[in-house]
Amino acid sequence: MSNPRPLLILLGLLLLWQGLVWITEVPAFLLPPPTAVASRLASAAPLLLDHAQVTLLEILLGLLGGVLIGGTSALLMALLPPVQPWLLPILVLGQTIPVFALAPLLVLWFGYGLASKVAMAILIIYFPVTAALFDGLRRTDPGWLDLARTMGATRWRTLYHLRLPAALPAFGSGLRIATAVAPIGAVVGEWVGSSGGLGYLMLHANARLQIDLMFAALIVLMAIALALYVAVDRLLVRAMPWAPLTLTRAQP
Amino acid sequence: MHPASAPQPDFDVAVRHASLRYGRAFLIQDLDFVLPGGHCTCLLGPSGVGKSSLLRVIAGLEPLDRGEVACTDGRPLAGRLAWMSQRDDLLPWLQVIDNVTLGARLRGERADRAKALDLLERAGLLAQRDQLPATLSGGQRQRAALARTLMEDRPVVLMDEPFSALDAITRARLQVLAATLLAGRTVFLVTHDPLEALRLGHRIQVMTGHPARIEGTIEPAGPPPRDLHDPALLARQGDLLAQLADVRDDAA
Repeated sequence: MSNPRPLLILLGLLLLWQGLVWITEVPAFLLPPPTAVASRLASAAPLLLDHAQVTLLEILLGLLGGVLIGGTSALLMALLPPVQPWLLPILVLGQTIPVFALAPLLVLWFGYGLASKVAMAILIIYFPVTAALFDGLRRTDPGWLDLARTMGATRWRTLYHLRLPAALPAFGSGLRIATAVAPIGAVVGEWVGSSGGLGYLMLHANARLQIDLMFAALIVLMAIALALYVAVDRLLVRAMPWAPLTLTRAQP
Repeated sequence: MHPASAPQPDFDVAVRHASLRYGRAFLIQDLDFVLPGGHCTCLLGPSGVGKSSLLRVIAGLEPLDRGEVACTDGRPLAGRLAWMSQRDDLLPWLQVIDNVTLGARLRGERADRAKALDLLERAGLLAQRDQLPATLSGGQRQRAALARTLMEDRPVVLMDEPFSALDAITRARLQVLAATLLAGRTVFLVTHDPLEALRLGHRIQVMTGHPARIEGTIEPAGPPPRDLHDPALLARQGDLLAQLADVRDDAA
């Protein structure tokens, strides 16, 4: 890591936190100092790791399912014009239902285990993935389509060789959003009813006033979300070397 | 450099009684127009007169309101033409060589890599074969598009202002290259540059008016590509420019 800025920001935030605790002398069961959270992070590491695995699995399965289902929906709409006027309103209507309100119902239907959290994550990322890919698929450059027609291309080959690659950057934007919000789906699902996961751990630590443990779980969750996002972002940039990033990074 | 080994087309392409509406007005009405087999026909005319529309109609990209496009041998033109537009239409995610062999992939055929390499060599792009289009200059991109057009190996080639976006020197070079590589095919070149038409065309026609008429057939002496230093060529360019300017004044 050659760029020290993220570390500096982190250090600054930690100092601010510690300073706040010193100045206000707020009791540790309301706001524990970062040192207490750090020591708890170390002492409860095996416990945190166990629950983190559960949450990570939920997020990954949710992402996979959401991308598969969302991608299929977008492809159906792009390929079968009669499907679009039926599916699109349902899609938008579905998006207006607050997913958080659905969480208890999902737990009722799919149980306390993995399934309800995965369903929750899928629900939350289905719309951004579908909308982004569909938008990309219907915006193929008309010049390329003309060329394909004069070359005698079939509908399917045009889709595979032209529309799909051309839609990748748009799909990438949807996938980035999905990666950022998928952890929310998993954790909300855990809050409503579960027997494991970081959300479950946080809920219980909160109830027992183990605020340092709650903060430790929160930090692990943030680390997971951040690592996932960075991984997906790098993957997308590497998969599309031809799509230039024209907003170049500011020089430090 | 020797001409690409194209079989001499033994048929003409005829546009008969063609009418095309644009909104309520007729862009062309009851138009007859012939592309003689094995010859290069250049069409000049002010912008907006319908040159590109006529080209798209012949390419089968737009339907006629009335009339037909037919080949004098009675067989359909579809599948026997190649298309090259003003923009190179290179796919940014494919290397140059894969762009050149795009047609085969879109039809589900095996691409003839040896032939593609040969064409790239003739176009002076062999060294760039594994590069992405974004790394090429404007002239190189258009040469790649020319190689892709020739890769199709069709008796009829339709070109819509293929060199208009290039600087004068690059354009002059590419005209020679195109004339050499396209020799023997039925070529229809739409352009707004009288000099380009005079260098490349066996036959030059001017499209004017609303609805448009096609008239003023010029058949310059000697085979294309004609030398830029030929005084007769330059005198003719002056005449043609004056003719086109007259048309523009009438329209104003």
